[in-house]
Amino acid sequence: MAVELDVFVGNTIIMSEEVYQLWLDGYTVNDAVKVRMDGGALDEFEANADVVQSDTMDQYRTFQMCERLLHSPTKLANQLLFQIPPHRQATLIERYYAFDDGFVREVLGKKLSKGTKKDLDDISAKTGVMLKSCRRQFDNFKRVFKVVEELKGPLVENIRQHFLLSDKLARDYAAIVFFANNRFETGKRKLQYLTFQDLAFCAGQLINNWTVGAVDNMVEDMDVDLDKEFLQELKELKVLITDKDLLDQHKSLVCTALRGKTKAFNEMEANFKNLSRGLVNIATKLTNTKDVRDFFIDLVEKFIEPCRSDRWTAADMKLYLTHYTNSAHILDTFKHQVVWDRYMGVIKSCIFKMYHD
Amino acid sequence: MPGKLKAKIVAGRHLPVMDRASDLTDAFVEVKFGNTTFKTDVFPKSLNPQWNSEWFKFEVDDEDLQDEPLQITVLDHDTYSANDAIGKVYIDIDPLLYSEAASVISGWFPIYDTIHGIRGEINVLVKVELFNDLNRFRQSSCGVKFFCTTSIPKGYRAAIVHGFVEELVVNEDPEYQWIDRIRTPRASNEARQRLIFLMSGELQRKIGLKVLEMGGNAVVGYLQCFDLEGESGLVVRAIGTACTLEKLSSGSSTHTHPNTAPASNACNSPSKDGKESPLAHGCRSTHNSPVHSACSSQRLSQNFSVSVPTLIFTGMGSGSMGKDAGPLKTLLRQQTQTALEQREFPFFTLTSFPSGFLLHVGGVVSARSVKLLDRIHNPALGNTRSYKLLDWNSVTADEPETRDAWWEEIRQEIKSHAKALGCHAVVGYSENTNICEEVCILSASGTAAILNPRYMREGCLDIAGSDHRFEDPSPSSCGFCHIPYDELNMPFPAQLTYCFHCRRQKVPDVLFTTIDLPSDAAIAGKGCFIQARLCRLKKKAQGEVNATAISNLLPFMEYELHTQLMNKLKLRSMNALFGLSIQISVGENMLLGLASATGVYLTALPAPGGIQIAGKTPGDLNNEQHIMNIQKRINDTIAKNKELYEVNPPKLFALDPEVFCGTNVELTEEVVGSPIPEPRHRSRLFRSHSESSDELSELDLSHGKKDAFVLEVDDTDAVEDIHSLLTDAPPPKGFHSCNTETMPGIYNWTSALQMFTSVRVLRLSNANLTNQALNKIFTDLCENLLKSFYFKLRSMVPCCLSHLNFSVAVPEEELIQVAVTAVAMTFDKDQTQEKPAEKPIMKGCSEGEEQLQFPLELCADSSSVNSQSSSRISGVPESSSLSTRAASVDYGSFADRCSTWLELLRLKAHTIRRGSVKTSRRTQSLAHSVSSLEHSSPITEGRSRLLRSSRSFGGSSVSVVKMTPLSFLPGTRIVKYLGIINMFFIRETTSLREEGGVSGFLHSFVAEVFAMVRAHVAALGGNAVVSYSMKDCVLMENPNKNQCQCLINVSGDAVIYIRETDLEAIASTVGLSSTNSDGAT
Repeated sequence: MAVELDVFVGNTIIMSEEVYQLWLDGYTVNDAVKVRMDGGALDEFEANADVVQSDTMDQYRTFQMCERLLHSPTKLANQLLFQIPPHRQATLIERYYAFDDGFVREVLGKKLSKGTKKDLDDISAKTGVMLKSCRRQFDNFKRVFKVVEELKGPLVENIRQHFLLSDKLARDYAAIVFFANNRFETGKRKLQYLTFQDLAFCAGQLINNWTVGAVDNMVEDMDVDLDKEFLQELKELKVLITDKDLLDQHKSLVCTALRGKTKAFNEMEANFKNLSRGLVNIATKLTNTKDVRDFFIDLVEKFIEPCRSDRWTAADMKLYLTHYTNSAHILDTFKHQVVWDRYMGVIKSCIFKMYHD
Repeated sequence: MPGKLKAKIVAGRHLPVMDRASDLTDAFVEVKFGNTTFKTDVFPKSLNPQWNSEWFKFEVDDEDLQDEPLQITVLDHDTYSANDAIGKVYIDIDPLLYSEAASVISGWFPIYDTIHGIRGEINVLVKVELFNDLNRFRQSSCGVKFFCTTSIPKGYRAAIVHGFVEELVVNEDPEYQWIDRIRTPRASNEARQRLIFLMSGELQRKIGLKVLEMGGNAVVGYLQCFDLEGESGLVVRAIGTACTLEKLSSGSSTHTHPNTAPASNACNSPSKDGKESPLAHGCRSTHNSPVHSACSSQRLSQNFSVSVPTLIFTGMGSGSMGKDAGPLKTLLRQQTQTALEQREFPFFTLTSFPSGFLLHVGGVVSARSVKLLDRIHNPALGNTRSYKLLDWNSVTADEPETRDAWWEEIRQEIKSHAKALGCHAVVGYSENTNICEEVCILSASGTAAILNPRYMREGCLDIAGSDHRFEDPSPSSCGFCHIPYDELNMPFPAQLTYCFHCRRQKVPDVLFTTIDLPSDAAIAGKGCFIQARLCRLKKKAQGEVNATAISNLLPFMEYELHTQLMNKLKLRSMNALFGLSIQISVGENMLLGLASATGVYLTALPAPGGIQIAGKTPGDLNNEQHIMNIQKRINDTIAKNKELYEVNPPKLFALDPEVFCGTNVELTEEVVGSPIPEPRHRSRLFRSHSESSDELSELDLSHGKKDAFVLEVDDTDAVEDIHSLLTDAPPPKGFHSCNTETMPGIYNWTSALQMFTSVRVLRLSNANLTNQALNKIFTDLCENLLKSFYFKLRSMVPCCLSHLNFSVAVPEEELIQVAVTAVAMTFDKDQTQEKPAEKPIMKGCSEGEEQLQFPLELCADSSSVNSQSSSRISGVPESSSLSTRAASVDYGSFADRCSTWLELLRLKAHTIRRGSVKTSRRTQSLAHSVSSLEHSSPITEGRSRLLRSSRSFGGSSVSVVKMTPLSFLPGTRIVKYLGIINMFFIRETTSLREEGGVSGFLHSFVAEVFAMVRAHVAALGGNAVVSYSMKDCVLMENPNKNQCQCLINVSGDAVIYIRETDLEAIASTVGLSSTNSDGAT
């Protein structure tokens, strides 16, 4: 005696968020049933294992049928197959596009290609995220990337409109797209301590200030590609380290301002030239695609690590960078104030975000 | 040339990719009506084409307008090879043909392909211009409104209820034509879908004609079914109740309660071929119809038919015959009777009535007949249609053994059963078939009843405002329980007592009916869903042998189902069943029986006695111990159930039965002083004395004797039966369930609802199962389904599963299929809890009144005051504390299984009376075709277009369409009926595994069917479907070939509703706003 067929269909979609999450997480039906039963589903309404099994199957099928629609969320709103109340639609989409920070951290900056997809089982093993879930997340990244790649207008807004995501999630996707497009290196061991949120924040800074979109908001790829002119202009900043006078002058201005305000003053003073060279060198090399990729690793190696070894506190860091940036304005021979601000504004906030254990 | 149909193809969206190379589609559309086809231009390389076509105009007969669907085919243009079909949309334009209807159908329709399912959507506009006045179109029946709803639709009053209409149409099934061997599955499915569409269009037109002939303008309780007879052909048949409906002004409609729909009904039918037999009131049921009457088989030896002896289950009665002795009444009654008698079949497919309409209920009447199918002879008449649609009636003269004749037989039988119960009408009537290979079981059932003569007069009375109740002999809260038959001439032995409400008339101990609980009935506690399930093995056989075997088994099955129902009812401490439907399904090697009903404690009826277990061998200690255990469990269960369902019958009545007997009589005579008509006189007139006197004494004897039902444990079977009795789990806390329109005892619905369909198929692995094992499996299957529902819908608690409609089938050997459609509705817990507290009923006028009012008021929050509450005359002075426990049926005797079925039958006839089992089936049949929507959108065309077109662009969301099997939506008012939805779909796959197996396949198909229903309703401007039912779900699978095919037939009424809250604000405008704005659920 076996159940040959078992189907339950509601006029309005019937789903439990718990089961949806299990499905998204890549549990098989049987595993999901186990999880639910361990979680106490049996205590409710005199359920037994068969009931839970049947309920789980029904929902899994529903989700599978919805999956096609979830690939283009705007269709979900005007499709006729399922009647889904608006708040449910939002939940379905938001959860479908949600990702594990652990997983995304592994993929961030990698090319969203078949090659990477093949490595997903390694990532799955490493992060503990089920392979099925890894595939979904990876495909989501790829899908969003493909769609917004060719669109004009602000990246975050495009993502929000095409995928009906919340603002927060849209920003995260913008970061993912941005990283994937510029292929920033994030996988090096030295960068491992950075979380996805750190990097997403930095990406947001870069998108808002360094891309074409920061100056012109009607260009294709405006938020994905860095502003080439700006990168070119950054070369001019070299004067800050090549001109000895300027360098000394800058150092004394900064030191004057810092003196007595921090315990790490001595280290700051001693390292000033090194640190300044590091930051300016990063700026001047950004015309080079390879160096763009190494942007984060450079920041860590050239600036964050030295500071950390000198035991600067976050407050020290803030103080230092503020004065470092502002003092440049007082340098009378330094003419590139605008470029400097645009550069340092981003660098400052990135470093603040990245300066932690 | 009476009509011009115009169609415009606006746009498509979400089309499938048809060209792999470009990932795009070059789509165009063919629009076909009758034999005329138009095409749009090809819209190249797009998945969201904007055709924006011109208006395609079809000039057609109105007859065709009624029969034919508009057929829209979306294709992919291919320069080098044949164009590929993407899918089709069939649009029934019938809704556009009513005078008050919408003038446009407009909206997005899913493009459906029988192999691939839904493939994108298409936006279409359809209009009809009728050139002549509607009245002239008598050859067609444009303008007759159809309703699936089995009560008078809200917002209407029935000026006249004309009565029963039926029709059937037969054709060859395309699936079985020779050409099917060479055409593709798609072509064959489409031929079938289209044929069924045409047939149901024609059927509806013909029924409409009959209605017009009778002078009516609408069909209520329209029930259309399909019989897929395989080689023998395809039958589409329909029954309904013809009425003349009048629209209520919005003002007055406010005052109608959902269940007491405004109406006055006058029945007066001008049917010509009526028979004029005087009503035999006290007639005893003679009916044990000859079991093997090979009706009509003389002519063709091939044609075999067995009419199964049917039972009259009775149950109740009304004493009214005796009571209303006033000359006027008598006269009226006479008139009524004649009016009804004139009609060939005084049947009503309605299940709930305006209050006052139903006077007395006699019990369930049912008839079944086993037939052998033969190929339908379809004389080829010169017919220009693409399909030859023949009216079977037209050839009946030559072919007496037609389906028409079969049904005629059955209806006659039902009619005579009703007469035997002293009733002149049958309400809650339904018919259905079950086919297995060449054997076909036809069943019909209903509830014998006496209708109020007042409503039989033509054109009379608006019930709503009248004071007629004062002349009414029986109060509405209990009147319908009073026996309609003569107590001295009862059709069967029954335990009669005086009504616990009014004390003036006799009531039976138990009442079974197929109708809904009358809204003004006095009950205690809540109702509950009761189901009896039964499996019986049978030997495989062919032809006549098989048919005989089946017909021999049927009476046993009905008997056992009845016994089970009775026991379960007692176990729940209840005394009446409503909405009873008994379904018997045949397979090659087994028969399945499923009886569902809603149990209720009617306070007018005596409290049910307990169940007492008796052992056969008193000497055996072990055994005695065992029996005591069982007895204890039973008693515990009864006690638990009483609490669970809050059944607190009036304690005062629980006095010594003997006292009751004594006082009772006096009471009636003295206090009420009712003019009881001399029963003796009557009996003399109609029946033999000996019988009546026997019964009388029998009755007296049994009266005070026992108060418990005795179950005898004499063999293992009986033990099994008792165990199974106790295995029914009550619904978990917070849940209630019923199969009727409303849940007795719950009134304060909130607006959340969830309609669902669930299908489960079980494969029996072990070929050598015993009856017991099978029963267990079947019972578990049903119980587990219920458990699943409770679990899935747990978030809606407190909630009630209403209108639980189970249908069983044996699709092939070793498979059992159960399909359920129901709706879960939430209610407000607090209010309900208050009620039971007040419930305990006392006697006496004033209290009785309160009690009655109770429910009324509750319901009234939504709508209004019921005029009748004021007029109850029920009471007997309170002082008399009478008591009762009447029910003592000695069931022990049944336990002795009879060796011959004849004996059994005889027994049955006896037993049944008390229980009143009737067999009734609800709309279960197969059916039909896609028909569509009715029209009439409330908006002006321009506006609707605007609204819709805005919908079509961008991400604007789809408007919500609610669906429910009930005739109402809680918290809302239905402001317009747009027409019936009647759709038939076939889905087939040759890649079953890839679609997720049978479950995946059916899951998406059911979802698609819902989607298509919603889309058609929305295109008509509607926002809900009421009285929705899935009449058929036929699944054929062949997993080895990776194939599966499924047919689904659904129907319902498309409506526009407005929420009560919005209503107050809007007052008079019928806003489309509600259509769009409503988002809940």
